[in-house]
Amino acid sequence: MSHNYQDQNQNQEPDAFGAVPIVVNQTPRLPRRTVIKWFVAVAASLQLGDAQVFGAEPGPGEPVITANGYGKDPLLNQTHNPGDLWPLTLSPAQRAAAIALADVILPADNLGPAASQLRCVDFLDEWVSAPYPAQLRDRELVLPGLDWLDVEAGRRFGDVFASLTLAQQQAICDDICFEPRAGENFKTAARFFSRFRSLAAAAYYATTAGWEAIGYVGNQPSLTYDGPPDEVLARLGVEQTVA
Amino acid sequence: MPMIRAEDATKDYDVIIVGSGAGGGQMAFTLTLAGIKCLMLEAGRGYDPVTETPMFQRRDQAPLLGNSTPDKEFGFHDATVDGGWQMPAEPYTQASDKPEEQFWWWRARMMGGRTNHWGRISLRNGPYDFKPRTRDGLGLDWPVDYDDIEPYYTKVEQLIGVYGSNEGLENTPNSPEGVLQPPPKGRAGELLAQKHGKTLGIPIIPIHRAVLTQKLDADRLPAVLFPGNTWAQKIVGDAMRARAACFWATPCGRGCSTGANYQSTTVHLPPALATGNLDIVANAHVREVVVGADGKARGVMFIDKTTGQDVRVNAKAVVLAASSGETVRIMLNSKSTLFPDGLANGSGLVGKYIMDTVGTSLQGQIPALENLPPYNEDGAGGSHFYAPWWLYQQAEALGFPRGYHIEMGATRGMPGGGNPLPDDLGDGAYGSRYKQEARRYYGSFMGFACRGEMIPNDNCFAELDNSTTDAWGIPVLKWHWLWAEHEQRMCDHAERTFKDLIETMGGTVRSVTNGRNRIEPGGKIIHEVGGAIMGTDAATSVCNGFSQTWEVPNLFLVDGTPFPSNADKNPTLTIMALAWRAGDYLVDQSRRGLL
Repeated sequence: MSHNYQDQNQNQEPDAFGAVPIVVNQTPRLPRRTVIKWFVAVAASLQLGDAQVFGAEPGPGEPVITANGYGKDPLLNQTHNPGDLWPLTLSPAQRAAAIALADVILPADNLGPAASQLRCVDFLDEWVSAPYPAQLRDRELVLPGLDWLDVEAGRRFGDVFASLTLAQQQAICDDICFEPRAGENFKTAARFFSRFRSLAAAAYYATTAGWEAIGYVGNQPSLTYDGPPDEVLARLGVEQTVA
Repeated sequence: MPMIRAEDATKDYDVIIVGSGAGGGQMAFTLTLAGIKCLMLEAGRGYDPVTETPMFQRRDQAPLLGNSTPDKEFGFHDATVDGGWQMPAEPYTQASDKPEEQFWWWRARMMGGRTNHWGRISLRNGPYDFKPRTRDGLGLDWPVDYDDIEPYYTKVEQLIGVYGSNEGLENTPNSPEGVLQPPPKGRAGELLAQKHGKTLGIPIIPIHRAVLTQKLDADRLPAVLFPGNTWAQKIVGDAMRARAACFWATPCGRGCSTGANYQSTTVHLPPALATGNLDIVANAHVREVVVGADGKARGVMFIDKTTGQDVRVNAKAVVLAASSGETVRIMLNSKSTLFPDGLANGSGLVGKYIMDTVGTSLQGQIPALENLPPYNEDGAGGSHFYAPWWLYQQAEALGFPRGYHIEMGATRGMPGGGNPLPDDLGDGAYGSRYKQEARRYYGSFMGFACRGEMIPNDNCFAELDNSTTDAWGIPVLKWHWLWAEHEQRMCDHAERTFKDLIETMGGTVRSVTNGRNRIEPGGKIIHEVGGAIMGTDAATSVCNGFSQTWEVPNLFLVDGTPFPSNADKNPTLTIMALAWRAGDYLVDQSRRGLL
């Protein structure tokens, strides 16, 4: 339960509160119509042909999700890679924008590698291509958002987002990285950014490199459980009360 | 796990057991070790925890990073297969279209049932919990008291292995010396909550969970459990030796391939099978209990889901352990000239007084837990500490009669699958600043959950819906539900308490409080009990204190159905204790030729 503190609608493990499965925070339903409407308004203000960029229904090149889920009895103890269970559906342009944006959000630094080195976009593609209600809702925000990134990049810098310099990419991100501070014309883009950051981080920290980056130690057998080290106990001002 | 085909279940069985979870598993264990020949019917498929459990699997090895979906409602790695609140082949209906008047019915159609994924929390009911009506005039008393059940709590704890401590708190029974396994050390957040709980008068102590913190003493315990019976001792000893101690990794909800925690499939069924007295048929979806002209149960009709064919099996006695909802459904569907309203339902009480646990929760962020040096907090795969109800003497002043215990989640558990840094705390961070902030806040969030006693009421029950059938043409259940004011007030109190606790720890409440919507829907906590309650006579109850139905003396109910109350203590340990006791009684009755 330690990572779903934001989600009021999570499924909570009934019996063991400490062993609750983790649910990615789900954005309240934002109908595709609303997203489209807002993006259309933005596109109109940019004097772009809105129909070319944002169709009211999935465009001719945009796959409709028809795959089945993994069912109620999938193999639990083997590795399932993105694309194994249903087709990935991001377009090459969307993938390029997503890889670039994930690396701006989760770059290589002293805490660990960049998102692109950890296949984060494969997970994101699996997510927005999945045939389940929560993921289909995210698809309605993330795909138009990725398209918007390229439109915005073109408007400001005359190129697609993935081809911009880091400074140019950050200039766009600065306008959409925090919804309460985003300008009126960037509100929906800011919602997209928030959701994208959430999904990219969900993937990043699911990897062993991500574990190291965040400070998780575990998932390894041990003969004893020793509890917090003395340094932690001292910092908290507590004593270990179990012998 | 060895199973037989439906068409091979032709032996001269003494007892048919419907269900393979905590109640059915315990009954099979007790009966087969007494030399009684049993046939177990499980509606789901066979399931082998040794080969199927996802031990050490990471989130990045699971679809959608292991998150929950309608197919796997507790996440991908949860042990439950072919189950959930919604199963396409097995619908159920609601009497009301209002969400707050609906019941969420969890099913686990697999060998071992819900015991494969349960939280392993194993709390004894206390003396008060068997006589609630005597204490406050509400609800129903049990026809047994704590002293009747205590020896069976002890036996179950010795068999399955339960860690915890004896604290001597009110209505929170100690186990006899040497019965409990050592509790695991407290985690940082648990110790911090314990320290600050003291200032609020909340006793935060080691919880009791069915996890082996050390190997069971296989040289000593079998002789304690089966004095003088070397055959049973050998079988039980071998089964105990086959279970490893916890190796302090992977959540218990995935199940355990090494048998370090209790699930029926690793603890009850292997020794029962080793006796040679147990046959198990999987994919056996029971339609009805068949009754003879003498009014006694003669056998069971089930659908072999592998062929779609109806199969009849016969025995001298029938034990239902299919879960409260499913046992009720089988009884109501077992109509005959002798029992036109359903089996053993002369009282009209089959399906009535179904209860769940009162649930609500609150999350907080605790600055003291930020930026701690990394260390391993996986622990025993679930909680180490909890707070038993501590205000028994203040019920009148509180305005609600019964109590709740507090479960808590404070852990630097396996991350990923969700956003570690809420937007408001991140303040728009991206890039390296995001990664630093995620590391800072990791492990600083704590959740507190109320698990409280619901008083049975006339508005919470299940009946047959004859307009809807499942995939095999069997009428389904229609649920009725309404929380009472008692439970709402309990949740009000719990939320205020959690807020005080979080703030006393120096933290901030994170989650939104939802007023009267804060109570979880009925069935959400999956502590469904009642529906065929035990009592002192046939007019006011369905079965007696040995879980034997009044009207059909060779029909026993050993899941949660006989519970006339649902203490805040999680029901599984009590289900097992009652089942063992009912099993001993059944053995005794059969030796006297009374069945």
